[in-house]
Amino acid sequence: MELFDKLTILGYAAKFDAACTSSGVDRPGEAGKLGNAVSCGICHSFAADGRCISLLKVLLTNHCIYDCQYCVNRRSNDTRRAAFTPRELADLTIAFYRRNYIEGLFLSSGVVRSPDYTCELMIRTLELLRGEYRFGGYIHAKAIPGADSALLARLGLLCDRMSVNIEMPSQQSLHLFAPDKSKHSILGPMGYISGRIQESRADLVQYRSAPAFAPAGQSTQMIIGATPDSDFQIMTLSEALYRRYGLKRVFYSAYLPVGTNRLLPTAAPPLLREHRLYQADWLLRFYGFQAGELLDAAHPDLNPYLDPKCGWAVAHLEQFPIEVNTAPYERLLRVPGIGVRSAKRIVAARRMGSLGFPDLKKAGVVLKRAQYFLTCRGKMLEGLRIKGDSVLRALLSENSAARLPAEQAPEQLSLFSPAIPKTQNPKEAFPWLAPTESRPSGT
Amino acid sequence: MACTHRIPPERDLVYLYDGSFEGLCCCIYQSFRAREVPAAIFSENACQATLYPIHRIETNPAIARRVLRGLAQKVSPMAADLVRLGFLTCHTEKERLILRFSHLAFAVGAGAVDMIQDDTVCALRKAVQFLHNEAHLCKEFLRFSECEGGLSARISPKNFVLPLVVPHFADRLPEEHFLIFDSTHAAAAYYEPYRACFFPAERFDLPPADECEANWRRLWKQYHKIIAIEGRENPLCQMTHCPKRYWGNMTEFSSRPEIAGTVPAVKQLPTAIGR
Repeated sequence: MELFDKLTILGYAAKFDAACTSSGVDRPGEAGKLGNAVSCGICHSFAADGRCISLLKVLLTNHCIYDCQYCVNRRSNDTRRAAFTPRELADLTIAFYRRNYIEGLFLSSGVVRSPDYTCELMIRTLELLRGEYRFGGYIHAKAIPGADSALLARLGLLCDRMSVNIEMPSQQSLHLFAPDKSKHSILGPMGYISGRIQESRADLVQYRSAPAFAPAGQSTQMIIGATPDSDFQIMTLSEALYRRYGLKRVFYSAYLPVGTNRLLPTAAPPLLREHRLYQADWLLRFYGFQAGELLDAAHPDLNPYLDPKCGWAVAHLEQFPIEVNTAPYERLLRVPGIGVRSAKRIVAARRMGSLGFPDLKKAGVVLKRAQYFLTCRGKMLEGLRIKGDSVLRALLSENSAARLPAEQAPEQLSLFSPAIPKTQNPKEAFPWLAPTESRPSGT
Repeated sequence: MACTHRIPPERDLVYLYDGSFEGLCCCIYQSFRAREVPAAIFSENACQATLYPIHRIETNPAIARRVLRGLAQKVSPMAADLVRLGFLTCHTEKERLILRFSHLAFAVGAGAVDMIQDDTVCALRKAVQFLHNEAHLCKEFLRFSECEGGLSARISPKNFVLPLVVPHFADRLPEEHFLIFDSTHAAAAYYEPYRACFFPAERFDLPPADECEANWRRLWKQYHKIIAIEGRENPLCQMTHCPKRYWGNMTEFSSRPEIAGTVPAVKQLPTAIGR
């Protein structure tokens, strides 16, 4: 088979993996070698679906002995199969890397013969790249569930980031759709990898030349929308993964109908839900939020119209407004319309003189949203009125506003019902909020 | 809030310098010495008609070094960086911004770089942010072609990003020979192990692709096509992240099977290379 056909088949088979980041490690280049790694990560192109292409994301082979219902490469699926030889894949990676097409390699594989055998094939490819080709670029390797930990240990020393896909947000869902995998077969390697990463970090503190085990950390991915798990369950799981396993990233992948199982939905992928989950995930990682603050058992799903930070803010009006010139960094971060960058700029700039609303705009604050939650030098923005649906329109993104049902009059809006419950009386604070029990249709 | 009281009064005259970074540093020196701020600073490369008297500033590398050292030591290294990087931006009034910023920096000290309250600082920081962003995009979207063992690429950025982009590739590809041609600023950089040099270049034609190069390009285009998920097409998102003005130099967006293009005529001569 031609290399062209192999790339077509094995690139196609790998594209449903969401992770394509090349971040997390700074490794300067060395004379005699090829490649470096930059901790902010570099995307190299954007595909027609708007996703970034940073790494050459391929499977070593799409032959697979498993039969996971949600996967295109499942044994029972009638699809073309192919396999790269380690040499072919190494040559391809180097040729693409030298031309600045890619930042490195993302290597995953179907399970051929046995997990151990598959893992050994992957190790051979990476040894070729790191050894003979002296490749110093980024490598992300997928740990094969069920492979021996000695093999995982070797794999981890060759790559920058490792990942084990958790696949489904709950054990029941996993049991239903991936009968060959168990919770243990996923969390086992994840725990092993996180232990080795910590060990290696401790060693590096003592010995500069200690071998680095997956220096860019570990990530995972789950499919959402295929099973009835709620956003609350998902966010709680993510939070636990970040805490317990020290994961760098959790990726969410909106389920695409690729299977034929009657249990799986055939509707369009829940892209908006995926987007909201990513927003909430950012709040966990960079904004000091906890899953329990954003959602709870009574309100298990994120609001489809309002981003999670706005949702939290309108549900906690008692904490606002805050004074820009004195509020601590952590409080600034919680204001809708203020991000990590603008919060840092504000903290640096206010040392040099007090800030007014025009200065906030210069700092990159989205005043349209932030104005309702801030005071500058003790005053709200002049001329600001909390009236009618203007506030609502301001808090909604343009896309969300466009999705509002057209016939709905402002005073009947029930959007905030899922997000609002924690205020004593939201009607008093924002009179246009009229909470009802039902969620808007068409979500 | 503009801290104008810290900047000397504006005078009805125009500084003319040779367009180099050293020349601009000498303008700063002159402005401090005469306690004046000119109405405009023109470069010889882009001189405009003016009714104001023109004061020609001679370039003296020793004075330029003194100005930069003063900024770095008496204000902060960050302030010196802002001035250096500001010069590489495409802001139409970068000279004026840099001069006013220098006055402010010597007056208020290291905190000057954080003073977004001030219009000058804000505008200069925005321009430098744009420069950094564009340099990052060039690191992402630059495409090398191989010919007889050497790599070459063409970029068309708005800011003069070569001094920021070349060290990145020199670190990444230490054993390669490569050439990056900037068609907007008619300049190029050449790297061979382990040194780089910058030089003005009116035009540069990418050599036609040989069979091997064409094959890798075909593979890359194919990969770029198949990695997109059908049914999730999102051209707006694609263009937001990868603006169309970069597409012309990118292999995967070229409809021709091979790129063997010529470079269009360039308008202006390059200004000197910073750093």
